[in-house]
Amino acid sequence: MSKSNLTRRGLIKTSAIAGAGVALPTIFTASSAAAFTNEPTGGSVTLGFNVPQTGPYADEGADELRAYELAVEHLNGGGDGGMMNTFSSKALQGNGIMGKKVEYVTGDTQTKSDAARASAKSMIEKDSAIMITGGSSSGVAVAVQGLCQEAGVIFMAGLTHSNDTTGKDKKANGFRHFFNAYMSGAALAPVLQSLYGSDRKAYHLTADYTWGWTQEESIVASTESLGWETVNTVKTPLAATDFSSYIAPVLNSGADVLVLNHYGGNMVNSLTNAVQFGLRDKQVNGKNFEIVVPLYSRLMARGAGENVKGIHGSTNWHWSLQDDASKAFVKSFGEKYGFPPSQAAHTCYVQTLLYADAVTRAGSFNPCAVAEALEGFEFDGMGNGKTLYRAEDHQCFKDVLVVRGKENPTSEFDLLEVVEVTPAAQVTYEPDHPMFAGGELGACNPGA
Amino acid sequence: MDAIILQILNGLDKGSAYALIALGLTLIFGTLGVVNFAHGALFMIGAFCAVTLSRILNLSYETIDPNKTDFLGNPAKVKTTYVEDWLGPEMGGAIIDWAVPLAILFSIPVMIAIGFIMERGLIKHFYKRPHADQILVTFGLAIVLQEIIKYFYGANPIPTGAPEVFRGSFDFGVMLGFDPNAIIYPYWRLVYFAFAAVIIGGVFAFLQFTTFGMVVRAGMADRETVQLLGINIDKRFTIMFGIAAAVAGLAGVMYAPINSPNYHMGMDFLVLSFVVVVVGGMGSLPGAVLAGFLLGVLESFASMNEIKSILPGIDQIIIYLVAIIILLTRPRGLMGRKGVMEE
Amino acid sequence: MLGLNKRDFSLLLIVAVLALCAPFILNPFPADSAMAQFNAGYPDLMQRFAIYGIFAIGFNILFGLTGYLSFGHAAFLGVGSYSAVWMFKLLSMNVIPAILLSVVVAGLFSLLIGFISLRRSGIYFSILTLAFAQMSFNLAYSVLTPITNGETGLQLTLDDPRILGVSRTEDGSIPVTNLFGIEMREFTTLNFGNWSFDISAGYYLCAVLMLLSFYIAIRIFRSPFGMMLRAIKSNNTRMTYTGLNARPYALAAFVISGMYAGLAGGLLASMDPLAGAERMQWTASGEVVLMTILGGAGTLIGPVLGAGFIKYFENIFSKINDGVLHSWFSFMPDGIENLMVTLVHPFVGKGWHLTLGLLFMLVVIFLPGGLVEGGQRIARLFRRKKPDDAKKSTQSTPAE
Repeated sequence: MSKSNLTRRGLIKTSAIAGAGVALPTIFTASSAAAFTNEPTGGSVTLGFNVPQTGPYADEGADELRAYELAVEHLNGGGDGGMMNTFSSKALQGNGIMGKKVEYVTGDTQTKSDAARASAKSMIEKDSAIMITGGSSSGVAVAVQGLCQEAGVIFMAGLTHSNDTTGKDKKANGFRHFFNAYMSGAALAPVLQSLYGSDRKAYHLTADYTWGWTQEESIVASTESLGWETVNTVKTPLAATDFSSYIAPVLNSGADVLVLNHYGGNMVNSLTNAVQFGLRDKQVNGKNFEIVVPLYSRLMARGAGENVKGIHGSTNWHWSLQDDASKAFVKSFGEKYGFPPSQAAHTCYVQTLLYADAVTRAGSFNPCAVAEALEGFEFDGMGNGKTLYRAEDHQCFKDVLVVRGKENPTSEFDLLEVVEVTPAAQVTYEPDHPMFAGGELGACNPGA
Repeated sequence: MDAIILQILNGLDKGSAYALIALGLTLIFGTLGVVNFAHGALFMIGAFCAVTLSRILNLSYETIDPNKTDFLGNPAKVKTTYVEDWLGPEMGGAIIDWAVPLAILFSIPVMIAIGFIMERGLIKHFYKRPHADQILVTFGLAIVLQEIIKYFYGANPIPTGAPEVFRGSFDFGVMLGFDPNAIIYPYWRLVYFAFAAVIIGGVFAFLQFTTFGMVVRAGMADRETVQLLGINIDKRFTIMFGIAAAVAGLAGVMYAPINSPNYHMGMDFLVLSFVVVVVGGMGSLPGAVLAGFLLGVLESFASMNEIKSILPGIDQIIIYLVAIIILLTRPRGLMGRKGVMEE
Repeated sequence: MLGLNKRDFSLLLIVAVLALCAPFILNPFPADSAMAQFNAGYPDLMQRFAIYGIFAIGFNILFGLTGYLSFGHAAFLGVGSYSAVWMFKLLSMNVIPAILLSVVVAGLFSLLIGFISLRRSGIYFSILTLAFAQMSFNLAYSVLTPITNGETGLQLTLDDPRILGVSRTEDGSIPVTNLFGIEMREFTTLNFGNWSFDISAGYYLCAVLMLLSFYIAIRIFRSPFGMMLRAIKSNNTRMTYTGLNARPYALAAFVISGMYAGLAGGLLASMDPLAGAERMQWTASGEVVLMTILGGAGTLIGPVLGAGFIKYFENIFSKINDGVLHSWFSFMPDGIENLMVTLVHPFVGKGWHLTLGLLFMLVVIFLPGGLVEGGQRIARLFRRKKPDDAKKSTQSTPAE
């Protein structure tokens, strides 16, 4: 017995300490004194970067993560400041956010809505993240946005292109800088008309899930308004890897344009297959057969190799832009990592800066104050020209780039060239546009 | 009519990939009795053999060209490949262009070596273990293999083109008396089909007409008796494992130009190839090949618009639906033997 | 006690104590230390431990006892989640009706699939279940989007026509799931010095249901019905010769394990009202197979351990990034620090799959009976005295 620590005296001592501990705990409950979820109390503030690290979008996720790290460095006063120098709002001082050092946690969305939510929840519950950002697909963005709304933190969407993110699934706590399917259609259609004429017959292959449908709807609407005819729209399974059986009938359908509403691996494979079938060398209805990929991503275009040459699409941003902001960003990213940033990296970097700026202008980390600071915020110097964060649906309105696969690339990054910068006014729509109807923001939720 | 011919072509082409993978899987199962979940990974590694060879051929040195600038505005580095430097631009360029067919030669020793190492190092210890353990350990191996590939090559697909002569497509329609453009088909896919036919024929001939093959077939039927006859069947089974790995690898090499290889392409094919093997009947080589082509053709037909408009979503489930129907009407698949894997 | 023998009762007691103290046990490191990265005691992960524990316990009733290897169990979990979310949308935010419906719907769905699939055995059965599950997943992702909301997953919205309860709360947000007023997401943080522990309402609901499921599983294992199921596994033919028809028993086991999966799915949706189609994918079905075999198929506690093991990796290892690595090794000289980070880097963060794959292989190669066998070996090291006895009574039935 003498060996045991659990003597009567010891026991009393231990229980006394435990009792004291219980008597004076800091207790946070869902309805406690804290003003909002994860109110930062110490000298630092934690942001949650939730990007795909495994699965088909892992490379895109890795690029997003690089951009986030760069943004954190710049916010904390390191590096050359990047776009902080060109940003029209000068609230950010390079001293973290409101004097609090920016720290971050990372997680893996696996490009699955379930896993993404689990990862975001762990950031909020375990790491006390005050803001969640990232993602490389619309399903994930909508799912995590819903979670952030419930938990009472801000969600700054990464790469998400579906109309639904700021349409029927919009949330008061969620913000999107990236453009959307409607904007792609509105920007592309006039360019396509001037290139290919208004007497064209289009054949759509569409990834059979929500994003694919909204994009098909948008492109069909905008091309038909210019006089194009839609011959057929065919849904392809998400899991499809070989698109030959969908592409083979295209040539015989009388169509002379093929629109591929695919993204990621689907896009790489369907485009490769289409070029393999020699569609681009054919003449139909007396015209050259053309292929259009409405949403382009340079990272993904690399996977399709030479097949992208001469193919048109739209993109949110491209590193070859020559405005000061883009140049500054490409410079600081390129010097740190040795290659130019992707559009996913750009949107993620910008979102982080916009959040930090909004907090500083609002003077508070409270999600409702931040949301108010972001709503209707007009800014410039972030690589997209004059931009508006619209209050009604938390969507950014800015210029959209129409790009084309370059015929003679000078390097492995130099795959796309900007054909036209479509002004923001041309891609702006009413908040109650039928393609975006059905949802509402609701009230901002500060949690706690 | 032309649409139907086109889809049959498509189906045969898809089917040849399925059949090749299922053939290797069945070889391993039939000889060693092992359910190999890492087989898809072998297919993937084959495709990456093509990628690796084309990277090796594209190894280059850099010279600074003062007239060009890179994306940061610094003087650009211009790459010249060693192959072109040594053999002249014409010859070197031709070799680089033919990287994928050359990768066949490159991949055979690599794949056989991987097969040997896998069998001797890991699978050997699992012959007497339950199938569930085999599945788990090979599944773990598949994850490890694909993560290694991902670590070195990234997650994005890597474009690997066919030789210049095989790009473009062939107009069957004209040959059969249809309008031009009615039935066109890419050259490389025709090459793939022919290649698959040769490999399948080769494997069957090898098993049917060589002494080695005879012993292996005898071993598949009754392992113990063959061993009692004083034949070292284990050694031959190891070799068969190597051959099966090589078949999967070759299927992958030739597949690289069809779809850009990525690290998870093996997993994409894994479930499908198991369905093919089971529909064909576990352990039956002709069954695997037949089922591969059958499912390929049916899948192609299901993706036709005319059929999709009657049964929406049918192309998403056709493979599984066919598998269910066949398994319910023919208990052991198309050509399976009684008592295999039924416990 | 409770109709259990002493061994089983003490096992249940141990599991109960572990489950109830989980918030403390899983947070062994002070919140601000470098090791806090390994703390797993936050509500979401604890809930997942319990929920996937239920899923694996149920799967083990089918696989561990009858030997039927289903590769489509995730479909039942997915169906359970969808029914639960629909219940939230249409009826009430109380979790009880949602969970009940999810169990019932998953039960009916598994009755249908089981009835067809159990006509075949062995790998043919596995492929049949796989085919049904993949069909459910593919359709849920595309054609069935009006019911499942496809890619995004089924979520609550502000205009759900909720019969009992309101569509939106007074402050204009979506009401939260609750158990007679106790919000599932509610949690209390207790701080003891540097340690902090999250006591979550949702977790305790999951834990209680997990214990209940565990208890029912023990009763099934020890019942004549359980014996019958084991007979199917050990010798189906002999069973048939004795005049017993094995199919109804196997079907009953299939439906029970389907209902467990439905319960898990309903709970997932109750903790976080979203039902994603990926829950039904074959990889998700494969995951529960891995959990069960990894933990030890046919043992009572094994599946729970396996579930915890995999979920821990998925949620903890995937979050370790280079910054964290540098902070761990920061006490070393710069050169060695960078070397260590480079060495560890491929195995954490985006490389967590690699670590998981390697561990699978190691466990299967060296511990054929799963983690339970590992535990037994360690226990035997400490109790050298009567190794034979221990071996006899606790030997796990290998998976088939």
